Amino acid sequence: MPAIEILGFQKNYTVGFWRKKQKTALKPLSLSVESNEVFGFLGPNGAGKTTTIKLLMGLIFPSAGTAKILGMDWRDPEVRSVIGFLPEQPYFYDHLTAHELLEYYAGLSGVPASERKRRVAAMLERVKLSDVGKLQLRKFSKGMLQRVGIAQAILHDPQVVILDEPMSGLDPVGRREVRDLIQGLKDEGKTIFFSTHILADAESLCDRVAVIHKGELRGVGVVSELVTSAENANRTEVLWNGAATAIAAVEAAGAECKTHGQTAHAILPVARLDRVLEIIRNHRGQIISVTPLRSTLEDYFIQQIGEKPQSALEVSR
Amino acid sequence: MTRRIAYIASNTFREAVRDRVLYNLILFVLLLVGSAVLFGQISMEIERIVVINLSLTSISIFGVVIAIFIGIQLVSKEIDKKTLYTVLARPVRRWEFIIGKFLGLVETLTVNTFFMALGFYAALFYVSNGLHKSDLNILLAIYFIVLQFVIITSLALLFSSFSTPIFSAIFAFALFVIGTFADDLKNFAALTEGATHWLITVVGYLLPNFGSLNVIGSVAHDQPVSLALFVHNSLYAALYSCAAICGAALIFERRNLK
Amino acid sequence: MKSTQYMTGVLSFLLIACFAGSALVERKVDQLRPAATLEEVLYIPSSKVVKRMSVGFEALAADIYWTRAVQYFGAKHIDNANQYKLLYPLLDMATDLDPHLTPAYEFGSIFLTQPPPRGAGEPLKAVALLQKGIRQNPDSWRLYQGLGFIYYMELKDYPAAGQAFEQGSKIPGAHPFLKVMAARTMQKGGDYQTAQMLWQAIYESFGDGLIRDNALKHLRALQVDQEVLQLEALVRAYAAREGHLPAGFNELLGSVPRDPLGYPYELLPDGHVMVKFYRELPFITQGLPPGQQPTDLDLSTQGR
Repeated sequence: MPAIEILGFQKNYTVGFWRKKQKTALKPLSLSVESNEVFGFLGPNGAGKTTTIKLLMGLIFPSAGTAKILGMDWRDPEVRSVIGFLPEQPYFYDHLTAHELLEYYAGLSGVPASERKRRVAAMLERVKLSDVGKLQLRKFSKGMLQRVGIAQAILHDPQVVILDEPMSGLDPVGRREVRDLIQGLKDEGKTIFFSTHILADAESLCDRVAVIHKGELRGVGVVSELVTSAENANRTEVLWNGAATAIAAVEAAGAECKTHGQTAHAILPVARLDRVLEIIRNHRGQIISVTPLRSTLEDYFIQQIGEKPQSALEVSR
Repeated sequence: MTRRIAYIASNTFREAVRDRVLYNLILFVLLLVGSAVLFGQISMEIERIVVINLSLTSISIFGVVIAIFIGIQLVSKEIDKKTLYTVLARPVRRWEFIIGKFLGLVETLTVNTFFMALGFYAALFYVSNGLHKSDLNILLAIYFIVLQFVIITSLALLFSSFSTPIFSAIFAFALFVIGTFADDLKNFAALTEGATHWLITVVGYLLPNFGSLNVIGSVAHDQPVSLALFVHNSLYAALYSCAAICGAALIFERRNLK
Repeated sequence: MKSTQYMTGVLSFLLIACFAGSALVERKVDQLRPAATLEEVLYIPSSKVVKRMSVGFEALAADIYWTRAVQYFGAKHIDNANQYKLLYPLLDMATDLDPHLTPAYEFGSIFLTQPPPRGAGEPLKAVALLQKGIRQNPDSWRLYQGLGFIYYMELKDYPAAGQAFEQGSKIPGAHPFLKVMAARTMQKGGDYQTAQMLWQAIYESFGDGLIRDNALKHLRALQVDQEVLQLEALVRAYAAREGHLPAGFNELLGSVPRDPLGYPYELLPDGHVMVKFYRELPFITQGLPPGQQPTDLDLSTQGR
């Protein structure tokens, strides 16, 4: 059973003074997140990531579609005792101390009173805020607030953790800490679903990602497979000296060539490598290097958001 | 369910208590009570009457201001600042949230009124050279004032559930003023006929009736307040505010949060 | 989802039930409330303070007080109360706030004057009110008429009444009736015709409302009083001629005379004439059943 199943979530807003015009924030979106995977939800700003998450959390209501979390209807209030949520740029009751906030939330989540103190202390320890537990939240820095945010999201030991831009506004140290926390949660067997527009984080952390742009899902799949499906996958770069005459033939073989003085530079599909090397040797060229090109998630990403909408590239596990 | 409501209520209370603006307002009321003593000294015979009238009226008006001010803040502010998101991400039902907020506010206002009443009784003690049995009667007037607060708070919550803070405050205060003249509205209604009569009568019942909750004049003249009035006013406040809170919950259940 | 629908249902039901309940309780509360004290009804007993507080909305404030006066009087009237202590303060306040509020003066001239339970029984205060009105509205001949009415009807000060009518008749546009009244009151006082003319004038001036009803009742009463006296005089004349009382009106007149409500007058064995339903004819002093004093209570159900 998937941990999260989104079945056709859609969100339209009526805009304009007379509420006549329709604006689509989210086109019908279907997605499933497996148990114990770290799932990255990628997209540029305004793509619909936060909308999707808010729909999932019951903060806004879909124009169409349903969802299931751990097999339960997403609207069931009891679902929320087994999921944890960190909103984008969170803001907490600043008249409370970190300790008081977490105790309050623990109570609301149904953590029994006997357990509460221990849990809260453990959480503060885990996010490294133990020494400021008695400080009022209005005095917290952004990074500290983010950490409190994560603490309140995992306080009640939820099965599924949903994070909206958990790394935003953090310095590299902060980002590293959050990454480690997410990895730690995965090791505990939890499912993590988070949105971000920082691809490097997604690349290193996620088992699978989805790319969303302008309210529409553009691609879903395992990171490594998506990367190899991108443009630069299966291509090689060849550098050689001399044999200027070889260039025409190399190009005819399906490569793109450039020259810098004596050195020529060609990019070609791996399948063509043997043929091109042969051509260069035949023309007495001196091969300097043969380098396979590696694609990054960024390439895949840019490619996806640049293209016209088509059926999603579903590369399943 | 009740536990969650209780937690929300006590958190609301805690938030109000830590809000410094609250103290300024209470201080202001106490100053007014003190000045009532000065006013009263102008005429010896009516000193007591003036102190009672002026003090209770101040407590009433400023209490309403506090009720509206805090009431609006406590919901609209939450929605604006998104502190609400992480609360609703827990197994808290939206209607539980509204009721919890309401109870927390009522708790706050009762405690406030308690302190203001203390200040008032201190002034009365000074002016009357001691307290008499009849002074206990005044507690009823104060109780009715608290009932007014309960009603106005429920209305403030109702407006907050769908409107911006500024408009909610304006509507709520307008309803307080109009509700105070509810009797006159009914008089106007009695003079009209047909469709106008029905319309005005319906509006009259929709509006909160603060006239009957105001016995300041009576207690100033040591007139007794009947038990029946006590019971019925309590019932009225309970029913009316319950209706308003149900309205707030209904609206809030459906609201798409920004 | 089922539980949200359930919740919606519960909340909607509660909303309607509680609101309906609150409306019902509110009605009960209105009944329970003690009669308004002076302070409550006036809120602030000083018109100067009210004026300042009204910040330009004096007319509205005046209307509020005026409405309260009418309601107050109406409510007390139904209760057949013996005191109308608040009527004068309310009217005084209303006219202070809006000196041109003519209905208030007119209302006061009638209902302040008459003795309880028909009115407040404070004719001197009524005079003061009207004099204030005349000062503020020197062109209003109606107010002179009202003043004359008070002097004539209640204070029985015929010269003063005549003077008031006289002054009023001098105002351009005044009803010619005023000159007539001036003359009559100077000459005679206390006769039925004059009273009838006064009440008729009032009856015609007002389209509807308490004042008109009141005037109508007075007119009927005057009619009854005169008719009964005339009939009794005829009966006595008959008895003097024939040596015995007539058996009935048919014997006396050939037909049975009817009272203003349409019911036949009754001839009593002792020669007195009686109306059939005296309760429906308030203010009559003649034609009452034997032993029945003219009650001041207006218990009639007609013409209200």
